Amino acid sequence: MKALEAVEKQEEIPPTEHPMDDVLRMDRIPHIWCPGCGIGLAVTAFVNALEKMQVDLDKVCVVSGIGCTGRVAGYIKTDSFHTTHGRALPFATGLKLGNPDLKIVVFSGDGDIVSIGGNHFIHAARRNIDILVICVNNFIYAMTGGQVAPTTPRSAYTTTSPFGNFETPSNIPQLAESAGAVYVARWTSLHMRRLTQSIIEGFQKPGFSMVEVISPCAMYYSRINKLGLGIDMMKFYHDNSVIKHGEPTENLDIGFQSQIIVGKFVDRERPTFSELYKGWKKEVKTVKRES
Amino acid sequence: MDAIYSGSHKMNGNQACAEGSLAAGCRFLGFYPIQPCFEIVQHFADRCVDVDGTFIQMEDEISALAAVLGASWAGKKAMTVTSGPGFSLMMEHVGLGVMLETPCVIIESQRFGPSEGYPTQAGSGDVMQSRWGSHGDYEIITLSPNCPQEMFDLTVRAFNLSERYRLPVVVLADKAVGSMVEAVIIPKAEDLRLKKRKRYSGPKGKYLPYEYDKDLVPWMVKAGQGYRFHVTGLTHDEKGYPVMNAKCQEWNVHRIINKVRLFSDDIIDYEEGYTEDAEVLVVCYGSVSRAAVRAVRQVRKEGIRAGFFRLKTLWPFPEQRILELARQVRTIIVPEMNYGQAFLEVDRCSRGKAETIFVHQDFPKVRSGVDIINAIRKADVKA
Repeated sequence: MKALEAVEKQEEIPPTEHPMDDVLRMDRIPHIWCPGCGIGLAVTAFVNALEKMQVDLDKVCVVSGIGCTGRVAGYIKTDSFHTTHGRALPFATGLKLGNPDLKIVVFSGDGDIVSIGGNHFIHAARRNIDILVICVNNFIYAMTGGQVAPTTPRSAYTTTSPFGNFETPSNIPQLAESAGAVYVARWTSLHMRRLTQSIIEGFQKPGFSMVEVISPCAMYYSRINKLGLGIDMMKFYHDNSVIKHGEPTENLDIGFQSQIIVGKFVDRERPTFSELYKGWKKEVKTVKRES
Repeated sequence: MDAIYSGSHKMNGNQACAEGSLAAGCRFLGFYPIQPCFEIVQHFADRCVDVDGTFIQMEDEISALAAVLGASWAGKKAMTVTSGPGFSLMMEHVGLGVMLETPCVIIESQRFGPSEGYPTQAGSGDVMQSRWGSHGDYEIITLSPNCPQEMFDLTVRAFNLSERYRLPVVVLADKAVGSMVEAVIIPKAEDLRLKKRKRYSGPKGKYLPYEYDKDLVPWMVKAGQGYRFHVTGLTHDEKGYPVMNAKCQEWNVHRIINKVRLFSDDIIDYEEGYTEDAEVLVVCYGSVSRAAVRAVRQVRKEGIRAGFFRLKTLWPFPEQRILELARQVRTIIVPEMNYGQAFLEVDRCSRGKAETIFVHQDFPKVRSGVDIINAIRKADVKA
């Protein structure tokens, strides 16, 4: 109300504090995301998680690739890197090995992580590098103009599948599990509380964790497929999801406007890259000393 | 064991290169297996435990250089080692390294191309690739060693230059230089005069990642120090934030080009011989220069006034000196193990003041230097 009064009186609007001021780069707001986009909610969940955990933000690094979700790194007030398309994970790998005290979060989209960065995803998971990946899946390449993605469900329309997509989409949780991730979860962008909890768990888990966030693309995916506003899509995804913790990941395929299984699917223990590397180094040093 | 094996050693170019990197303080190596450079990695892997270094075999060369850039932002001196096909894959991150202004070193051991080419034979077909390989406008520094001693010295220099200019620096070696065994004199650690990147240590709230002063190089911090900076491969302002307008594009790219161009005299390094009275000049670099220098010495005995100009830095190119020499000599001969790459630059820089002749060298023929000697004789007779 104060702001409205100020506008009427043509006064300057007094700056108000936002609860996320400490974690967001307020000098970069407004952000570039479209109205009705789900990426903002994923960022909100991430910021909430950071605040709940009360981690030292000086030790957190956010690395992003390219695309709509790739812009996340630019809005979070930690050390943040906006790198090349698909290569956020290898960049983060170097960062982590260069300074093992850092807590690294890779925030990127489905095209970035699964398509162009697919190989890096597989190998980062295999090595079990201590990184949390938050993958925002909107089923489409949005920033480049609504092209078909490796996650686009069958029969969905995109600018490059004008008669419906005929390819089989990737199942991201299954890919993560089979590559060796120790923590795999999926939520939709409206599952705010559960998503935040999963981000906390993945962040604290040593090793390679992956949280998939199903999010609407209100500009391309929704328009071409006539799915309404972003808020309608969010509600649809939320209402059409079923929580099944521990569901075998092979059952997690997503069809066009089908039911979406969400939950925490994988939570297991494996030695991380850093642990193994440390142990190996120690061993080599003793062998070298003895010889 | 020490980080530096000071003293005189008999070793090959690849080992000398690995020793050079360790002596320069390199503590991170990201790589993907390829030949003929792999001995460098082997030697580094063997020695890095002694100095508490880290090495990782990535899933491809794209990620190898990405990891190197990441490690550099974590505060490590970092490098990658590759050959032609791997270098092609790395190009996207050469661009990112230039844009983020990340110090790192790329050792490239050249072989014949194109494509897979002839993996076990020396070539020098990547001279232009090292300059123009990544998209967009940028300046880069490329060094060209011609013996194991230079594999050591120029690797150390590459680290110094990369730290000073905050750039990826390429050491363009080749299979022959990597495999040849010679005496290598390694100086003591205190005699190496290593350079460190410009560090920012001011108040945390005031740090601007791309604020610079008269050397045009911004101050750098490490990730995890609490400066909470942002860097991006997009065109950015001094805060490191993306700004999409022509003014910012000019502000950004102008400087990353000028920080090399305006200081190129400090970077350029070459060796000259018999140029005072030369009428025929041989411009050479890399392993071919060994044959070229010998050829010049031989024709001198025949009374031909020949001289040589050996490039130790390929990029930036010594335009000024080449022009001066072109005004003085009648003919410039450029022998290369490719179909004319540095030749194009020599031809451009000499501005028609001297006749320029290209001599193609296949590796087996390089050693004798017969083609070079014949070319010099022919040029002399013509006069």
